[in-house]
This record gives sequence, C-alpha cells and structure tokens, in this order.
Amino acid sequence: MTGMNAGVPEAEALVISGLDCFYGEVQILHGLDLVLHEGEVLCLFGRNGAGKTTTLKAIMGLVPARVGSIRLGGKELTGLPAHEVPKAGVAYVPQGRRLFAEMTVAENIEIGLMARRKGKAVRENVLDLFPLLRQRLRQRSGTLSGGEQQMLAMARALCLEPQVLLLDEPTEGLMPSMIAKIRETVVTLRDMGVSTILVEQRVDAVLSIADRVSFIENGRNRETVDVEELRADPSAVRRYVGVG
Amino acid sequence: MHFGPHLLLAALEGLVTSAVLALTALGLSLVFGVMRVVNVAHGEFFMLGAVLAWAITTAIGGHPALGFLAALVISPLIVGGIALVAERLVLRRLDYNPEATIVATIGMLYIIQQLALTFYGPEARPVEPPFTYRILLPWFGYSGYKLSVIATSALLLVATWLVLTRTRIGLVMRATQYDSETAQAFGIPVDRVYGGVFALGAVLAAIAAVLIVPISQAHYLMGQDPLLLSFIVVIIGGLGSLRGTIVAALLIGMSDGIISMFFSPTLAKIIATLLVAMVLVFRPQGLFGTAAR
Repeated sequence: MTGMNAGVPEAEALVISGLDCFYGEVQILHGLDLVLHEGEVLCLFGRNGAGKTTTLKAIMGLVPARVGSIRLGGKELTGLPAHEVPKAGVAYVPQGRRLFAEMTVAENIEIGLMARRKGKAVRENVLDLFPLLRQRLRQRSGTLSGGEQQMLAMARALCLEPQVLLLDEPTEGLMPSMIAKIRETVVTLRDMGVSTILVEQRVDAVLSIADRVSFIENGRNRETVDVEELRADPSAVRRYVGVG
Repeated sequence: MHFGPHLLLAALEGLVTSAVLALTALGLSLVFGVMRVVNVAHGEFFMLGAVLAWAITTAIGGHPALGFLAALVISPLIVGGIALVAERLVLRRLDYNPEATIVATIGMLYIIQQLALTFYGPEARPVEPPFTYRILLPWFGYSGYKLSVIATSALLLVATWLVLTRTRIGLVMRATQYDSETAQAFGIPVDRVYGGVFALGAVLAAIAAVLIVPISQAHYLMGQDPLLLSFIVVIIGGLGSLRGTIVAALLIGMSDGIISMFFSPTLAKIIATLLVAMVLVFRPQGLFGTAAR
C-alpha cells in the first residue's frame, strides 16, 4: 500500500485497525486503518467532515470505538477510560486549543504535568522550548494572543513527555510568523523522537513538515504516501481535497 | 429601642442568615458549576444534616457541646456519603443529562423527605446550642452562639476558597468545570471528580444545617426555604462564582434580616425574588458570573 513498507520495517508507535466510530446514530469512521511510525510526523489530510478530528478523539478515548483496535506500542487503548489514555503516553492538542482559559499559564502547565506526575525538570524543558511563556506564567491564559495560546496548548501537552503527540490544526487562524514558529516546533519535536499525528488543511504545511500523508475520506484512510512521492506528484492532493 | 440599635440587631440577624445561606448556596453553586447539574434535592441534604444533628446529640447526651461537636463532624459525613451513593446510583447512570438530572433530583427530594417523615416524624425538635453565653451590648444582649455561627461559616468559606484556588484538588475541580472533555485528555478522572463534588455540595449544606439547628429546630420540611434562597443567591451571584455566591448571600441575608424586622418577611422575599428577575433580565450570567463561552 505505501512505498515505505517495502523498505526496512520501522517500529510502529501507534496502530489503528478497522476502527468504527459513531456520534449517536451517525457513523463517522468506517473501518479506519492507520499506522504511525516511531519518530515520524504523519499528516492526516482531507476535507472538512472526513473524520480527521474524530480519529484523534477516538485515540484519546473521547469518542468510543465501537469496533476495531487502537494499539500504542503493545497496549490496547480502546478499552481504557478516557482519562487513562494520556497516562499511557498520548498527548492531545485539540482543535481551537481548548485551554483552561480562566486559569493562568502556570496552572495550565501544572495540569499537563499532573497527568503523568512529571516534575520541575519537565516543566523547565517545556518552558525552554517556549521561552515566551516563561514571562507570562501568571497571566490568564485566555488573554494571550492566538499564537501564544497555541504555544501554551502545545506546552501543556508536552508536559506529559508523550510518546505520541496528536496535533489538530495547530496553525489554524495564526499569523504567518507564528505558523512558522509552530512548524519549527513540530520539527524540533520530531528530532527529539516524538511521534506526531498532525491534522492539517494547508498543503504547504503538509509538504514542508510531514514524513508521510494519509488521505482521509468518508471516515476511511484511502491511501498513505511518502511526502517525497507527493512532492514529485501532487495529483493525490487534488484528488482528495480538490485544491492544489 | 432606638433606630440605631434596632438596625444593629437586624443586621446581626441578617449576618447569621447570610452566613448559613452562603455555605448552603456554595454547595449548590459548586455542583452546578462543575457538573452542570441543577440539584433540586439540595435542600433535603440540608434537612438531613439538621435531622441527623438532632439524632446524634440525642444519642450522645452529656454536655450539649459534646453532642454538638460530634454532630458537626458526623452528620455532614453521613450526608456526604448518602449524596455520593445517590450520585453513583442515579446521576451517573443518567450521564449527567441536564434535563434528566432535574427530574431525578426532584425524585430524590421526595424520597429523602418522606424517609425523614417516616423515621423522624412530623415534629420540630430543638438541638441545644453548645454554649449559651450572651454578649451584653449597651442596648441588648446577643447570643454568643449566633456570632460563632457567623465566624465558623466565614472560616469554612475561606477554607473552601483556599482549597479551590491553592490546591491540586481545586485545580482539578476548576479544570473539570471549564472543559470536562479536555480535562479527561489530561488524565483527570472527571467521573470521580463529579462524585466528589456532589458529595462536597451536600456536606456544605449539612454543615450549614448543623450550625443553624440550635437556632431554628429540625423539621422534615425545613429544606424548602434554603433551597429557594440558595437558587436566588446562585442566580444573583453568578453560577460557579465563589465570590458572587458570597456577595449575593450577604445581600440577600442582610436585606432579609433588615426588611423582615422593619417591615415584613414577605416583603423581604418579594424583593429578593424581584432582584432575581432583574438580574435574569439585565445580567443573565449573574453579577460575578462570566458569560457562556
């Protein structure tokens, strides 16, 4: 299916197979399959309503999986209550950031640290990654600028020292300089060995930071391709999204 | 008695009402704020606290202070336990659906009330205050116990505020309140937080009841007024706002004390209800609440 599988087998960080998810009676995911390799950035690409966000929520246990499995390393996640999933090592940066807006920056970070009982050292590392936040620790997070809020949402997630990071449209609504900064961070994290699933709508973002791209359509993973293939022949992008 | 001392007496009575009301309303406000559950049975937890206080002081006997202190500790714990069981057996199974929980807590109200009637009876029974010291002011003597109620309540409110703002438990509760889905994504067991908050709300109501019962007697229908007044306080103050709850409790308690004494208790209720209507029309989120996001 993918060009990559033919080569050296890579360790799998997260494997989703045959996943069915519903919102009430409406089926959103239809037997979705997805493999995230260790240390890669896998981009989920597709139209609005294709099931990208639902896939991330299903991994977090926030939308129950009716059929199928989600395995993190050797651990099955589908049976876990939602609050156990982050403890297993998956961190989530939701769409629209979803900060605890009325709490301070420091309190948001504290909540991240509490999830896996991380201490001062992790806090320092995360703040070193986003030095801007260090000056805003006592500020109410809802009063930060959009870019700063996105940084805080990522910082809060990184406080878990996750094996797998889920990023849902992290650059949505940000100004270009901020977008560059967020992308830089994603690349830095990959260099640190974090495996990332990135939901993204912008083609340029996908081409610049993804290792592989999965095209999601009608709740199915139609195709997963290496980003080099896509750079050489971007026709797939047009096929699934209708933009180029 | 001249106007000045008369006003002072009314204000003191108002402060006692405010103190007990603030505790009760805080319980209701926490439950709504964190769980989005309108707990119509809140007043019955208050009543249970008072009835159990009577049962405990009667069982222990001896010096009134001994029985009272035991009641102040044991009664809220039992009420909290009952609330926790009710939460697990009923609210959780309804998945905290806002409409269903209103109907369910109405049911809980009647069940608790009728159980109290069956086992405790229709009589109003007094509980002896732990001490009967009277403070002599130049114009009148005033019950030292009533002043201690104000002090105890103030202490508990400060303690609750400290827990909410300075501890991890408070952080977890606030995170659940703002965004329960994201809270879960950060390892917070929202389900257990809900159970704890519902029990805590009932505990606060029960403490308030134990404090008031040496002044006003235990009766199986005594939960209705605190429920109504708590709703008034919570609506005026803003749901989920601790500061708003305390300010509104002071406002309602003081105006109730003063207007009741100079005019009539009915007028006090009319004004409080009118205030609620005004707040709902002009500032639906309450005086200190934040608008829905």
